[in-house]
Amino acid sequence: MIHARGLARTFAGRGKGAEKVEVKAVAGVDIDVDEGEIVGFLGPNGAGKTTTLRMLTTLLTPTAGTATVAGYDVVTESQKVRRSIGYVSQSGSTSPEARAGEEIVDHGMLYGISKAQATARGRELFEQLDLDGLWTREPKAMSGGQRRRLDIAMGLVHDPTLVFLDEPTTGLDPQARANLWTHISDLRSRRGATIFLTTHYLDEADALCDRILVIDHGTIVASDTPDALKRQVSGDLVELVLADASRSGEAATVLSRVADDDLTVSGATVSARVRGAGHEVAGLIRSLDAAGIALESLEVRRPTLDDVFLTLTGRSLREDA
Amino acid sequence: MFWRETFIVFRRQLRLALRNPAWVIIGLIQPILYLVLFGPLLEPIAGQLGAQNAYTLFVPGLLVQLGLFGALFAGFGLIAEWRAGVIEAERVTPASRTALLLGRILRDVLQLVVQGAVLIGLAFFFGLTGSIAGMFLGLLLTVLLGAACAAASNALALTTKSEDVMAPLINSVALPVLLLSGILLPMTIGPQWLQIVSDFIPTKYIVNAIRELFTGDFFTITVFWGVLWTLVLFAAGLWVGTRTFRKENA
Repeated sequence: MIHARGLARTFAGRGKGAEKVEVKAVAGVDIDVDEGEIVGFLGPNGAGKTTTLRMLTTLLTPTAGTATVAGYDVVTESQKVRRSIGYVSQSGSTSPEARAGEEIVDHGMLYGISKAQATARGRELFEQLDLDGLWTREPKAMSGGQRRRLDIAMGLVHDPTLVFLDEPTTGLDPQARANLWTHISDLRSRRGATIFLTTHYLDEADALCDRILVIDHGTIVASDTPDALKRQVSGDLVELVLADASRSGEAATVLSRVADDDLTVSGATVSARVRGAGHEVAGLIRSLDAAGIALESLEVRRPTLDDVFLTLTGRSLREDA
Repeated sequence: MFWRETFIVFRRQLRLALRNPAWVIIGLIQPILYLVLFGPLLEPIAGQLGAQNAYTLFVPGLLVQLGLFGALFAGFGLIAEWRAGVIEAERVTPASRTALLLGRILRDVLQLVVQGAVLIGLAFFFGLTGSIAGMFLGLLLTVLLGAACAAASNALALTTKSEDVMAPLINSVALPVLLLSGILLPMTIGPQWLQIVSDFIPTKYIVNAIRELFTGDFFTITVFWGVLWTLVLFAAGLWVGTRTFRKENA
């Protein structure tokens, strides 16, 4: 569905004073997305996610490289690309004072479908996206979650086979986010749509995506399934909190026997990366017990995509997010 | 296809404008206030200004003012739409970029036609007399000028994307243009230097042309220059507007 090779975009910017500098927003990325996949595009703010998305959706012309989307070239066949894709941008898609139903019908008609068809399609989408009864509601009187679902309906009115979602859940409360995730997975299960979404939320990429592309400083630094990416991080994080901080040295020695990486001691807390922690933890507790080291608590955490990002780039996603 | 898309955009804009008619009403009341509160002051001195009827002098000025000011502020609505994501949502459809602009300009043009017609109609009650055909032509020139200004304003809005940048910019252009066009008083009563400065303002020729059209003089050199400048500004405005709308990343 998407094949990009060396796709790049530089902007003319300004350095100190009047000197002109070129800002490389996207420094040449290769992207392949197959039909029916849900692919997440993960990276901190300013990593080049939105710029890449805008190139793939024909809103921005690449300065180098090529891309075909839904079988058409984004530069020379942009009209055909636009017809085949749906795009849900992060800034919304409707006027706050317009009526939801009218916006969706007009939007459908701009795609060349008839008014009757656009109305039928809009009604159907409102039903699927839990927007029943909001046809004449003004977006300014909707909740954040309803507005996002309306944006998604706008992006689907012409029945695209490929849908781009730019930060679909930014600014929503946890309940509305979880609800939206269900709707996004439904897009594929009900309609067989291919979905390409950007996010800087790790749990979102984790919950939704078959595959994740990690972008940083305008280049793709990893592309794999969430689980495979997490396996790159050497093991689960085992964190011991001791009843007596003075025993932390001994505890570290015990933990180091099973640890793979990142052994750290801080006060009464001793932690390390342990491969297959579920298997190792029983023996660990026995050894600690035998040495007479009392535990306040023990926690095993599976690596998160934040850990993946840290491993890949040497910095945390959250710093920039 | 192109006209269908233009019409969809136009209908949407019109619907939104009518649903929240505050701006339409303000735009309508302003020229009426000028007519009611300033018109009577002109009546006794019309003769000295070289006009038989104060309103054939005054109404053309107000028309051009409508065309300039009303339309130059049209772009502000576009900034709000851009912020709401509407422009980008429209740009990702296969619709023609020119249609997206033209649909919006047509709404401004329609508004201008209604405002201008109300203004002229009302002026009859105050004692406007003159050539009806000339008034229609005058309104037509106003509409072309307004379309140019609306296109330029939309282009400026899409380029700056900020009311804070746009408002002072438009005001600093529109006010001197307004004063030097001889909208309230003809420039001919001013000192030499002021007349020379005003010679560089295209809209002065348009105001003068509409004044002659109102009195029924169609084939004069003044009308020729006014029509010429209107067409030049119209073409320039549309060119800048479509170019900006077609530009990527706008």
